[in-house]
Amino acid sequence: MNLGVISKFLFFMKLSKRIFAGLATASLATTLTACGGSDTSGSAFDDSVTVGILHSLSGTMAISESTLVDTEKMAIEEINAAGGVFVDGKFYKIEYIVEDGASDWPTFAEKSKKLIDQDGVPVVFGGWTSASRKAMLPVYESKDSFLYYPIQYEAQECSNNIFYTGATPNQQSEPATDFMYKRSPAAGKPFFLVGSDYVFPRTSNTITKAQVAQLGGKVVGEDYLPLGNTEVAPIISKIKVALPSGGIIINTLNGDQNVAFFKQIQDAGITPANGYYVMNYSIAEEEISTIGPEFLEGHYGAWNYMMSIDTPASKKFAASFKKRWGEDRVVADPQESAYNMVYLWKQAVEAAGTFDDNAVREALVGQTFNAPQGPVEVMPNHHLSQTVRIGQINSSGGFTILEETGVVTPQAWNQKHPSSKGYACDWTDSSKGEKYKL
Amino acid sequence: MQLIIESLFNGVAIGSVLLVAALGLAIVFGLMGVINLAHGELMMLGAYSTYVTQLLFKQIPMLKPFYDIYVIVAIGIAFIVSGVVGILLERSIIKRLYGSPLETLLATWGVSLILQQFVRSVPLAYGSGVVVALLIALSSPLLLPDDLLAGTKGKFIKAGTWFLSAIAGITTGGILSSLVSKLGRASARNVDVTAPSWMRGGIEVFGTTFPKTRLLIILITLISVVLVSIFLSKSSWGIRIRAVTQNRSMSDCLGISTETVDVLTFGIGSGLAGVAGVAVSLLGSVGPNVGGSYIVGCFMVVVLGGVGNLLGTIIASLSIGVMTDLIGAGRLLTIWPTMPSPLASTIDFFATTSMARVMIFALIVIFLQFRPAGLFPQKGRMVES
Repeated sequence: MNLGVISKFLFFMKLSKRIFAGLATASLATTLTACGGSDTSGSAFDDSVTVGILHSLSGTMAISESTLVDTEKMAIEEINAAGGVFVDGKFYKIEYIVEDGASDWPTFAEKSKKLIDQDGVPVVFGGWTSASRKAMLPVYESKDSFLYYPIQYEAQECSNNIFYTGATPNQQSEPATDFMYKRSPAAGKPFFLVGSDYVFPRTSNTITKAQVAQLGGKVVGEDYLPLGNTEVAPIISKIKVALPSGGIIINTLNGDQNVAFFKQIQDAGITPANGYYVMNYSIAEEEISTIGPEFLEGHYGAWNYMMSIDTPASKKFAASFKKRWGEDRVVADPQESAYNMVYLWKQAVEAAGTFDDNAVREALVGQTFNAPQGPVEVMPNHHLSQTVRIGQINSSGGFTILEETGVVTPQAWNQKHPSSKGYACDWTDSSKGEKYKL
Repeated sequence: MQLIIESLFNGVAIGSVLLVAALGLAIVFGLMGVINLAHGELMMLGAYSTYVTQLLFKQIPMLKPFYDIYVIVAIGIAFIVSGVVGILLERSIIKRLYGSPLETLLATWGVSLILQQFVRSVPLAYGSGVVVALLIALSSPLLLPDDLLAGTKGKFIKAGTWFLSAIAGITTGGILSSLVSKLGRASARNVDVTAPSWMRGGIEVFGTTFPKTRLLIILITLISVVLVSIFLSKSSWGIRIRAVTQNRSMSDCLGISTETVDVLTFGIGSGLAGVAGVAVSLLGSVGPNVGGSYIVGCFMVVVLGGVGNLLGTIIASLSIGVMTDLIGAGRLLTIWPTMPSPLASTIDFFATTSMARVMIFALIVIFLQFRPAGLFPQKGRMVES
């Protein structure tokens, strides 16, 4: 066989891979359509309301996103067991339709349309990746419907039709950077930034760089690993050149790439014992158990919720999740966010006295909830004020909580990012809206 | 000096991962001309075999004292597992598609999807059971005397061996899932292979740390390459393989069973993919998608080296490794700090992992414009047109 033919095949391989990937996800999506909600027995309810749950149940994101589906189902079951939603003198039972986003961003948009138009749901709980949220956003805005999004993200977005219950950078990365530079064992040492090559790490690191400069510290290097690539050897050599005698590493790698990274930095001697401390923004309890605590012990993480929080609300949340889904399961920050948003929606509907979008949106701002992490409140920019915690990873796979901030108000437009400095978002005031100058 | 040693070591370390992954493909694609898109998934099976072996050595009391050497056992097991699945693939699908590369390409891509979904939805215990069943069923015609398999009676005996192997497979699955409960449940989650403690950490020589897992991977690669080249150049089956590669019909006329050669070649190529799976499982996590991240690199190495040439594959993978480290880690700047600033800023621009990849692909594309047949093009009279 001559090479011309081979190169043609290679090209065709790439092309067909793309086409067939599309076909495959499309067919998956059709086979894995709606699996209906809970049973309709029980007569204590006057009526029922159906909500939408939209996460990836197949494809690469399924592993993470399915834990959110489990949590949302649990929250809905809890609310139903406590009498359902009380609106306008009637008790409503919550039913749900679960749709599969299939780790494919256009599918998220398509399924959103289906949930809103065909099923007529008043609210959709869904999404994980920023790419999926960006794909869904125009759908909710054009139909003036409502999406609840539970993941810590890079912010720089503030939609009237999305309600964000995860942390913004000033509720995660900023306090974490501050801690690392001022109070960690590597205080005052230079920074090295590592991340996967997509929007969240790049935005987050832009903010971190501005903040480190403000603090008077030094960022001596940054590198991004293309998604799916696990060859970290060049990054390790760069870290060793840039930080010869220890320092702070800020890690925003995604998923499996963390496994390769931590296995290999340990072999290369980049360990807490040698003065290298890694602060992680994407590693929660679930990820620690996958990577293995022996590789992570001594490094840090920053979240709003950690399973080791020693309050009755936190313990009850963890215990009911284990009871519902199995003793070996863990709860982590994204799940707690997902849990909170179902309850906040219920409270807002009850306060509004209707399921109507506009009334619920107005009633939502100012809602407070005694969440597993502590009290949270919905702010006028559709984000939550919440507590930030810095934890050190321990040998049993959890976090030892070192610091707790008070309640931090969210910044939808980051005040350290050059493109959004001096801007804010306020949906309660029609003259301000999505982005106004402070 | 230290810098050059470290750079060279890193380059060889990256290159050896590429090489061990591409070695099987160099045989399957290079010698047989089969475009096997399931090669990455055969690697994945090797990686999962490592995981299963690790669990067995951890949980079965009889094997526990030997936990420290489970990786070496896993190499053998991975070779057999991937080899057996590869042989099944060849016998059932690829055999019918020789001479139509486009169909082979599509069929093997389909197989790769099936294998990915298989490890997601079938518990690993029963997956192992399937491999055991295949092993017995495929090897029984070789072990039983020929006259037993002749005629109508032979058909029943053949059916009987398949039936028996199915029972053996189910039993294996049942035993494994009851011994190690983790293997009894299907899971799409990535799993983790942890190297035994003697293989973790690094060796310090002249102020440079050499990670032990990397050294082990280099060793595995070296041994595989040496064994494969001895096999191909010295053993009688190796010579037959090369004969069939060069002229299939003439070899057939001279009494070489080309069908056996096909099975053997494909089996060895697939088995080597399994060995590569062991190597990559030591570096990262093991999941259904692990093969996908290596397949493009494998084809790139084989094409760059010159299809059908083992030496080319070796040189191509090592030079890609060294280049990745040189460009990606910005080593040129460290080696030559007084570089003129325009050059320095260009090099700095490419000194990230993403840009280094772009640069290397661009260089390969340019190289192939001038040497379309790769580093070492096949010379002489090949029958293929």
